Amino acid sequence: MNRFSGALDRLGRAVLAGVEEMGKIILLFVSVLGWMFRPPFKLRNIFKQMEFVGVKSIFVVVLTGTFTGMVMALQGYHGFRMFSAESLVGGTVALGMTRELGPVLTSLMVTARAGSAMAAELGTMRVTEQIDALYVMAANPVKHLIVPRVIAGVLMTPLLTVVSDFTGILGGYFVGVHILGINSGIFIKNITRLVELNDIYNGLVKAACFGLILSLIGCYKGFNTYGGAEGVGRATTEAVVLASISILISDYFLTAIMF
Amino acid sequence: MIKLVDLHKSFGKQKVLDGLDLEIEEEKTTVIIGRSGGGKSVLLKHIIGLLRPERGQILIDGTDITKLNDRALNEIRKKFGMLFQEAALFDSMTVAENVAFPLREHTTMKETEIRETVADRLRSVGLTGVEEKMPSELSGGMRKRVGLARAIALRPQIVLFDEPTTGLDPVMTEAINRLIIDTQKNFNLTCVVISHDVRSIFEIGHRIAMLYEGKIIENGTPEELRGSQNPVTLQFLAGSIEGPIRIM
Ligand SMILES: Nc1ncnc2c1ncn2[C@@H]1O[C@H](COP(=O)(O)OP(=O)(O)OP(=O)(O)O)[C@@H](O)[C@H]1O
Ligand SMILES: [Mg+2]
Repeated sequence: MNRFSGALDRLGRAVLAGVEEMGKIILLFVSVLGWMFRPPFKLRNIFKQMEFVGVKSIFVVVLTGTFTGMVMALQGYHGFRMFSAESLVGGTVALGMTRELGPVLTSLMVTARAGSAMAAELGTMRVTEQIDALYVMAANPVKHLIVPRVIAGVLMTPLLTVVSDFTGILGGYFVGVHILGINSGIFIKNITRLVELNDIYNGLVKAACFGLILSLIGCYKGFNTYGGAEGVGRATTEAVVLASISILISDYFLTAIMF
Repeated sequence: MIKLVDLHKSFGKQKVLDGLDLEIEEEKTTVIIGRSGGGKSVLLKHIIGLLRPERGQILIDGTDITKLNDRALNEIRKKFGMLFQEAALFDSMTVAENVAFPLREHTTMKETEIRETVADRLRSVGLTGVEEKMPSELSGGMRKRVGLARAIALRPQIVLFDEPTTGLDPVMTEAINRLIIDTQKNFNLTCVVISHDVRSIFEIGHRIAMLYEGKIIENGTPEELRGSQNPVTLQFLAGSIEGPIRIM
């Protein structure tokens, strides 16, 4: 009995802590919204973050997108061949990429690259008192540090998703047409028949939501770092784990609403 | 004027400020001394509203800042400049951008004016030609001086210095002391300086306050302090290991 109530107690605490953290992240989001539209706009900061989140992630996104498309074509081919429906490979690759894998994989890559960096950078600024220095100079850290990162996350993740979708389909085409010998005309015709513009749009909306989630969580974890270098390490890990989980969970609900 | 009334602050079980009272005279330099880990930095952070006390008042020109919201607190903070113990330079910005930061934030100066002001402030802390360097490329002493230049960039009324000369060579220590004395005099600043360096204390302080076990146990002019019979002060100034200050 005692052991049971102890476990229940711990579970309750964990749930409470989780809910509290979620509340704090939402409050941070509200404060980001409040500062986002208040001039002066730190355009230079925003562009710098957009370059970091977007431009510098292109390589990994191209790589993951291409190989995902390729492996989907391969898997789809072996599956569809059982029903002699190989021609559907193109459409499935394109649907899978635009609706699901493009946004999710891109967001996970951006989390690993940029979300973690946000947590580490803000965490370091916290433990070396740079954030205190901002306060002392009557400059708001949310405006200076978090708003540019969140804007960059929300804008660049969908753009990277476009890249991922495109290279994924290209990879699928390469494997399907050049390796597995599917007729190229049929491959493409099936894409246009199965994929609607809405699939692409919804995928991009998802990506924007994921970009918001990963930048917000990265900033939140970094901003609330304590305890020196060890704390920075902890904040970074927690940011990546929490953002990845949140992306996957919210993906389900977004999908349920959209499609 | 800065007046601290009955401040209490703990971190967990550790009581750092324990009913501290201190009045800081306007347009004078007050030096705060005390043992390492005694709460001097914590005290300084209370004065500028970075930490909030559990109990007590912090009056800046009559306003109790412990009660203020962020916006009102920011207005008060514009009167201040602060040098952090580890300088706290923005490491994503060059030296020039660091010093220019408060100018860009709170003035409408043109770029050329900013550049001149930055060069001027850097010169006054004995630095030239470092504008384009990143903070990580500087030595500890240089970082401190850049932090000092940033703190006085806007010519604030009140400047808080957390150990401005720790880690500098004797010549640079003397130069920074002169800089503090001169800027204080020329601009009628109120300065609060934390220092361990006994020579500097007597050189720059109009008043010296001794922080011990969460309270100010002695506050007087340098002459008064030299004649002090308080065993804590005596031990501290003599740098002796015998006395009431425990060495853990
Ligand atoms: N944010 C914090 N969280 C927990 N404890 C803290 C925090 N800041 C300071 N302390 C504790 O408060 C005490 C006083 O610290 P403080 O930095 O004010 O010392 P100090 O007098 O400035 O020492 P030094 O001369 O070495 O700089 C220390 O024991 C420190 O561990
Ligand atoms: Mg200190």
